[in-house]
Amino acid sequence: MRIATTARPALPAARLERVESPWRRLAEEFAASRLALLGLALLVLLAAVAITAPWIAPQNPYDLAQLDVLDSQLPPGSHSLSGKAYWLGTDDQGRDMLSAILFGLRISLTVGVASTVAALALGLALGLAAAYFGGWLDALIMRIADIQLSFPAILIALILLAALGQGVGKIIVALVTVQWAYYARTVRSAAIVERQKEYIEAAKVLALPEWRIVLGHLLPNCLPPLIVVATVQVAHAITLEATLSFLGLGLPITEPSLGLLIANGFQYLLSGKYWISFYPGLALLVTIMSINLVADQLRDILNPRLKR
Amino acid sequence: MSAVLAVEGLRTHFFTRAGVVKAVDDVGFALERGKVLGLVGESGSGKSITGYSIMGLVDEPGRIVAGSIRLEGAELTRLDREAWRRLRGNRIAMIFQDPMMTLNPVLRIDTQMVEALRAHQRVSHAAALERCREALAWVGIASPDERLRAYPHQFSGGMRQRIAIAIALLNRPAVVIADEPTTALDVTIQGQILFEMQRLCRESGAALIWITHDLSVVAGLADSVCVMYAGRIVESGPVDAILDAPLHPYTRGLLESIPSRNPAGRPLAQIPGMAPSPMALAEGCAFRERCARASTACGVAPAVSNPAVSRTLRCVHPLQ
Amino acid sequence: MNAVAQAPLLELRGISKRFGEASGFARKRAPVVHALDGVSLAVRAREVVGLVGESGCGKSTLGRIVSRLLVPSAGERYWQGRPYADFDARSQRAERLAVQMIFQDPYASLNPRMRVARIVGEAAVVHGLASARERDDYVAQLLQRVGLDPSLMRRFPHQFSGGQRSRIGIARALAVKPRFLVCDEAVAALDVSIQAQVLNLFIRLREELGLSYLFISHDLGVIRHVSDRVVVMYLGRIVESAPAAELYAHPNHPYTEALILEVPRIEARRRRYVPIRGEIPSPIAPPPGCHFHPRCPKAFARCRTERPALREIAPGHLSACHLNEAP
Repeated sequence: MRIATTARPALPAARLERVESPWRRLAEEFAASRLALLGLALLVLLAAVAITAPWIAPQNPYDLAQLDVLDSQLPPGSHSLSGKAYWLGTDDQGRDMLSAILFGLRISLTVGVASTVAALALGLALGLAAAYFGGWLDALIMRIADIQLSFPAILIALILLAALGQGVGKIIVALVTVQWAYYARTVRSAAIVERQKEYIEAAKVLALPEWRIVLGHLLPNCLPPLIVVATVQVAHAITLEATLSFLGLGLPITEPSLGLLIANGFQYLLSGKYWISFYPGLALLVTIMSINLVADQLRDILNPRLKR
Repeated sequence: MSAVLAVEGLRTHFFTRAGVVKAVDDVGFALERGKVLGLVGESGSGKSITGYSIMGLVDEPGRIVAGSIRLEGAELTRLDREAWRRLRGNRIAMIFQDPMMTLNPVLRIDTQMVEALRAHQRVSHAAALERCREALAWVGIASPDERLRAYPHQFSGGMRQRIAIAIALLNRPAVVIADEPTTALDVTIQGQILFEMQRLCRESGAALIWITHDLSVVAGLADSVCVMYAGRIVESGPVDAILDAPLHPYTRGLLESIPSRNPAGRPLAQIPGMAPSPMALAEGCAFRERCARASTACGVAPAVSNPAVSRTLRCVHPLQ
Repeated sequence: MNAVAQAPLLELRGISKRFGEASGFARKRAPVVHALDGVSLAVRAREVVGLVGESGCGKSTLGRIVSRLLVPSAGERYWQGRPYADFDARSQRAERLAVQMIFQDPYASLNPRMRVARIVGEAAVVHGLASARERDDYVAQLLQRVGLDPSLMRRFPHQFSGGQRSRIGIARALAVKPRFLVCDEAVAALDVSIQAQVLNLFIRLREELGLSYLFISHDLGVIRHVSDRVVVMYLGRIVESAPAAELYAHPNHPYTEALILEVPRIEARRRRYVPIRGEIPSPIAPPPGCHFHPRCPKAFARCRTERPALREIAPGHLSACHLNEAP
């Protein structure tokens, strides 16, 4: 039975209503908390500083030729023989603390964000596959995730790094291995709930191809819990990396991250030269705190129950 | 005869960031002992919020901004928390649409029922259990001893609702508010529940407010009816008068939309348009946009009139 | 009408569906849910068949088998007279689009993160019924047909009311030019006045587009109003089937009688309810013989052991009850 369709004139685009984008609404709700805005501002500042570190740092702390051991362990505010000011003092190798912190921040943020993004992508793919296809694939993926999650993250990272050696890339691999399981589990539980909803059934009745249903229909509805986990996990990743560096693994001594800087200054902490550990520690604290402030607010506004 | 529950000028508003929602806007009625009042309305009419307001269950950002609620002479709007705790479940009880709003899924039935009893009376555990057994038998549950030791998830929806009713009636309240308790149940189970409620109210003398969107249920059960629209009572009176000779155009529209009142296969008489959003209520009669009889006089909110004994009406163009 | 036109458009024969049967290496004996037990049903072109029953009767499962969301454990389905297994891949796709479904929950049946234009138009574009450039025009026409303002198509579902979402769901189904709609409790979640509007829409679309419906509902009043023929189900079996007017005027099966009696009516004031006793049994352990015998006021010995067959007791009127057979 052919349905008679009368030709109607095309609607001019201007007559379609302007609908507020959901991103705008998200931004408005986020901005409702001043604390969260503070956290976001700090984060942006830290990111800007980290990105521009090679240009704004007074000294390149990785260039051994620029370091002068005679300048080591100078307190904040002192000057070098050549007249350069050490705003935050120097560490035991004569490195300018401010520069070291800027570069260290760069590494910490890079490692944190990169490993989170990679772990999210991997966990997302595996979790979605497990939820949508079920059966033995689901069981396999989830058992691997369970086994992995039952080991302390540090332990797995330690073993991996001992085997892989040092370097930023290798740390990222270790962190991804440790973290993917959180995302996979989160996505899977969200996807299992969503996959039974009627709009997925409707997509099936409309004979849409499966890949389209999984990526276009299922995935966007599983994102909110994932975003919340991701923002919290960035902080975890940074902390984990700092811990590993503190323990002497992951990054070589000549390219210190914040964790290594803290470790270096540890021995001097009680002998009055606090700045070698203190300022990197402070930088780490501010970074993690601002991430947590942003994550808290995101979690509140993305929680469907709190909305009505 | 003095009313066991008298509501006058009740207004419950919700103060949200997007604006003030006048969920209940000047509602008043009186309920006598042993009688059933049907509170009828569609989604957004404010009928459930009226029930919650009477029970004192309205939370931030909502609150009762005006009006009086007198239960057996006591003014409810000025009570403190402790006084409310003594009244709820004791002199006034509520049954919800979802029985799992009453029943705690991790506690056994006897634990919950005994707790509800002993919160208001000093009885021994054994005596309380005995009263619970009687209450279950009263609502028509066979072998109450077994049922008492079970958990809520082991029962069907109809049974859970009966248990919720039993809990509501444990302390012989003076007023019971039932918020759509049978909407989610099958028709034959609904028939059973309606039968029990009728019998229970007659036997215990409790007054019942039955909140529903289904006029047909109210027809069989209620003595008097209040029809709500957009937070106000547009019409109220004895059930026969309202259903046989409605005066408000909305009531008639509702009656005519019911499929069984229309010849099969022909389009149903329908009320055009939709209920207004509670945040965007304009001045005047809220039904104006959808009413075939509207005129400029409807731009002013109609006052409550008494077209007959014990009937109220908010309309300047009544049907008769 | 010639003989071909009189063949049913959609036919189900002997459909059974069991959930929870152990498959493969699962050793655990999970309880098996007997959702459907030997159900046969036929719907002609331009016919509306109403399927009515309470929880556990299997009507939703049957609806999902018709719309291909579920595969039956036993039985055959036929489209336009040919068994389904005969179709090749391309015909299968065309047939899948010909049978569409309208869902009950207007809130869960629309993807909350998609704009309405895409919800309604996506399938049409994917299946080549409209090009990507024409999509918005195509969607605009559909929205107008179901009584919605097309300028709203860039909104998200949560910005619409329940009744409007029902209409969007209907527009989505119509976008692929179906011939058969399964309406699974499509108006159950709506207020009475909105329900009237949506039912009128169904009636109008049937006339305009020549559709057939399998209209599933628990509401006898709604079923009576829209259906040509009514099928009553109880615990996975059909107990009675008749033209709508005939069923309501002369119900035969005791369950049908009880159902019709229980429905609250406006005219019945302060009625003394005489309820049918007992709970609806679970489909995990259905009673032997006639499923209804534990609750039936007229049950006798034969009902406990022997399953009654569906027999024609009047033209077009079938009923499964031992009382119909001469002793």
